Amino acid sequence: MSNPGTNHSINVLGSAPGEPLKKGNLLSGFGNMREATLILIIAAIFIAMSFASPYFLTWANMKAMMLSFATEGIVVVGMTVLIIVGGIDLSVGAVMCLAMVIAGKLFLMGINPWLASLISIGSCSFMGYLTGLTVTRIGLHTFIATLALMGISRGLSMIITQGTPLSLFTLPPEFKFIGQGSVYGVPFVIIVFFVVIIISDYLLRNASAFRKVFYTGSNEKAAEYSGINTNRVKLGAIILCSTLAGFAGIIYMSKFGAATPNFGVGLELNIIAAAVIGGASLKGGEGSVLGAILGIALLSIVSSSMILLNVSVYWQDLIKGLILLSAVSIDQILHNKRSSR
Amino acid sequence: MSNEVVMEIVDVHKSFGATKALAGVNFTLHKGEIHALCGENGAGKSTLMKVIDGLHQPDSGDLYIKGNKVVIRGALEAQKLGIGFVHQEIVLCPDVSVAENINMALTNQSNKWFVNFAKMNTRAKESLKDIAPHINPAARLDSLRISEQQLVEIAKALTLDCEVLILDEPTAALTESESKALFSIMQSLKAKGISIIYISHRMAEVFEQCDRVTVLRDGIWISTEKVQNTSPNEVVKNMVGRDVGHLYPEKSQCSIADMEVMLEVSNLSDSNRFSNIGFKLHQGEIFGVSGLIGAGRSEMVKAICGLHERKTGNIHFQGKSISISHYSDSIDQGIVYLSEDRKEDGVFLDMSIARNVSVLKLDQVCNNLKCIDASVEREQAQRLTDKLKLKSAGMDKPVSSLSGGNQQKVALAKMLSVNPSIIILDEPTRGIDVGAKVEIHQLIRQLANEGVGVIVISSELPEVVGLCDRVMVMHEGKQQGTLGGDDITEQNIIHLASGLGQREKRIIKTKGLEVA
Repeated sequence: MSNPGTNHSINVLGSAPGEPLKKGNLLSGFGNMREATLILIIAAIFIAMSFASPYFLTWANMKAMMLSFATEGIVVVGMTVLIIVGGIDLSVGAVMCLAMVIAGKLFLMGINPWLASLISIGSCSFMGYLTGLTVTRIGLHTFIATLALMGISRGLSMIITQGTPLSLFTLPPEFKFIGQGSVYGVPFVIIVFFVVIIISDYLLRNASAFRKVFYTGSNEKAAEYSGINTNRVKLGAIILCSTLAGFAGIIYMSKFGAATPNFGVGLELNIIAAAVIGGASLKGGEGSVLGAILGIALLSIVSSSMILLNVSVYWQDLIKGLILLSAVSIDQILHNKRSSR
Repeated sequence: MSNEVVMEIVDVHKSFGATKALAGVNFTLHKGEIHALCGENGAGKSTLMKVIDGLHQPDSGDLYIKGNKVVIRGALEAQKLGIGFVHQEIVLCPDVSVAENINMALTNQSNKWFVNFAKMNTRAKESLKDIAPHINPAARLDSLRISEQQLVEIAKALTLDCEVLILDEPTAALTESESKALFSIMQSLKAKGISIIYISHRMAEVFEQCDRVTVLRDGIWISTEKVQNTSPNEVVKNMVGRDVGHLYPEKSQCSIADMEVMLEVSNLSDSNRFSNIGFKLHQGEIFGVSGLIGAGRSEMVKAICGLHERKTGNIHFQGKSISISHYSDSIDQGIVYLSEDRKEDGVFLDMSIARNVSVLKLDQVCNNLKCIDASVEREQAQRLTDKLKLKSAGMDKPVSSLSGGNQQKVALAKMLSVNPSIIILDEPTRGIDVGAKVEIHQLIRQLANEGVGVIVISSELPEVVGLCDRVMVMHEGKQQGTLGGDDITEQNIIHLASGLGQREKRIIKTKGLEVA
């Protein structure tokens, strides 16, 4: 045996600093392409609509459009993370509603609304935790586990409210500020939205904890064989998704000053569609917050444009469906091209 | 073998984007011959076979079957023309029975409304009879071991009345005895006048079983020779385009007694796959673990690093008893494991090379805020893959864009990123071309020389014999014995692996010393 540690041609264990690379990150090129495409499409709609309707490019309309997806946008973040890990969450609409109902009920029972909100968000996280355990311990698919959670949450909301909306007009003004207030004319919700997405987009791209989400979604077994505790990653993603849904529920409660037990029915589909249009792959391993937000913005701009153009509301779902279908089809075609060898 | 031409391929070209996979390939197949097709990975063998099977359409060039020009648009048309294809990767349905898998093509071609299960089982049993009589046709496919699944794949191709049978690396997952059964079937098919195209990296098989050998390199036809007119060295030389030199690096000259014990395993058992395993790994040695597929080799080493259940057993690492409950503990100790199924669990195919290399210890490429510094990550990957002579278009390219050998180098770079003390390699060169194989063998030896303890599991006996300093052999989960020095021979390993016990006396001794 030759001396260990001598300078072999493959002294791979040494840590000689290599030449720093100046090239851009090419892998994200594909993802960026998706985001760039969405930005172009949105810009095209903007230009077309500004000619078609004098009301489109007004501050009031911009604000209304932003408000229409700001809160959902927070939920999209959680959904995107969960889709990247290879899961899906059907319960977000129902969990949002449950958050609203729990906090509202506690408030009506005389608890401080801030504390009530914290308890409520905590309960949503806990529900997510329990659901996550059925996925990681028992091995249920997230589709089934969250389908069940959807039923349970909706059911709990109905039981707590006995089917009638809770009127919360007595909420203190500083609490109502979250959903209704503005800072220098900018709605506070929009500020919260931007803070959440900027932080989460950065973290999802760079934080090592979120990188594990990509590894797990890309190839769970390989992740396991790389020392990643994939169950913990999946559990975390599910909890994050429920928590953000709970948080959004509180914002809605503050905005409406009410808690309705049938709020958010079908919302999950909109949110899943947004994440997928934004480039999240249901096979796992791909997706970004920016893409998902552009996805939900696109859906919302399209519906508000249709309203301005006096398109019947009955057409809206159909058109959203077609947008989703084309986005996913284009994605698949590009995928096939890339892996045709 | 006659000189009647069954199939002829003339000047076939095929490109994928900018990559020329086939650039003018000619190939003739005679009736009743076994024709070996050799080439490094990426040489175009699989693409050529996919053209024959109709899975790819050539950009230009013609295909003749028995003198008639044909255009094959899919596997079904290929089947109708009498072409059967056993793929390199197992392409079977895991959720249905063996019989249903074997009869898949027939069921598809049948115009009956209902499936006749009794007939199906009989037919499956018939086609399994020669190659694997022990497999139950009614068993679910996923209850079988990999080698058995490979046999089912072959049996499936045999049910078709084919005149041309393509076997793409069929023995990569088979044990020696299973391979032997396959070879005798190949010979009997040949006697019936069926032509076989046999793709393999194993020269011994090519020269024992085949009549002619065609070599491709970089999508170009290099040579077609009768095996008696050429030699393994010449074929390998044609494949890599240069002399490979010594196939295996020189073994360690130190005696085991002088080496420091790095890892001591005793009384290691799980609940069903292996029991009571004990061995010592020394610093700087390459320790082989051999045995047939299914002997519990992989499970045993996985149990050491927390990837498989461990029921009993003590592990001493550098003199201290360690407890590993999850693989991440093992990585922290510097014990890393390279899995045997590269595509399934070795690499993240869709992710970049840089991200694959950094995964074991993300902290190494993180800043203080636990966020990844992409430039550090890329630098780390560049440094490690350069040392492994990886050929790539950049660290940001997905691993799926690389050839098998280069993918394996990425997997190795990943292991090396944590400065391992012990590296466990499970089938390190499976499905890898000769050139990359030699490089990986040299790398393994150099790691050992640098003081890393290496454990190698391999189903390829020449590799075990050529590479390892000592070899422990297992049979059905039991340790059969450990061979060292000149005792490491294929016969001795097979003897132990078959559960026949340690030989009483060593008969073969090379250095002139007579030990009767």
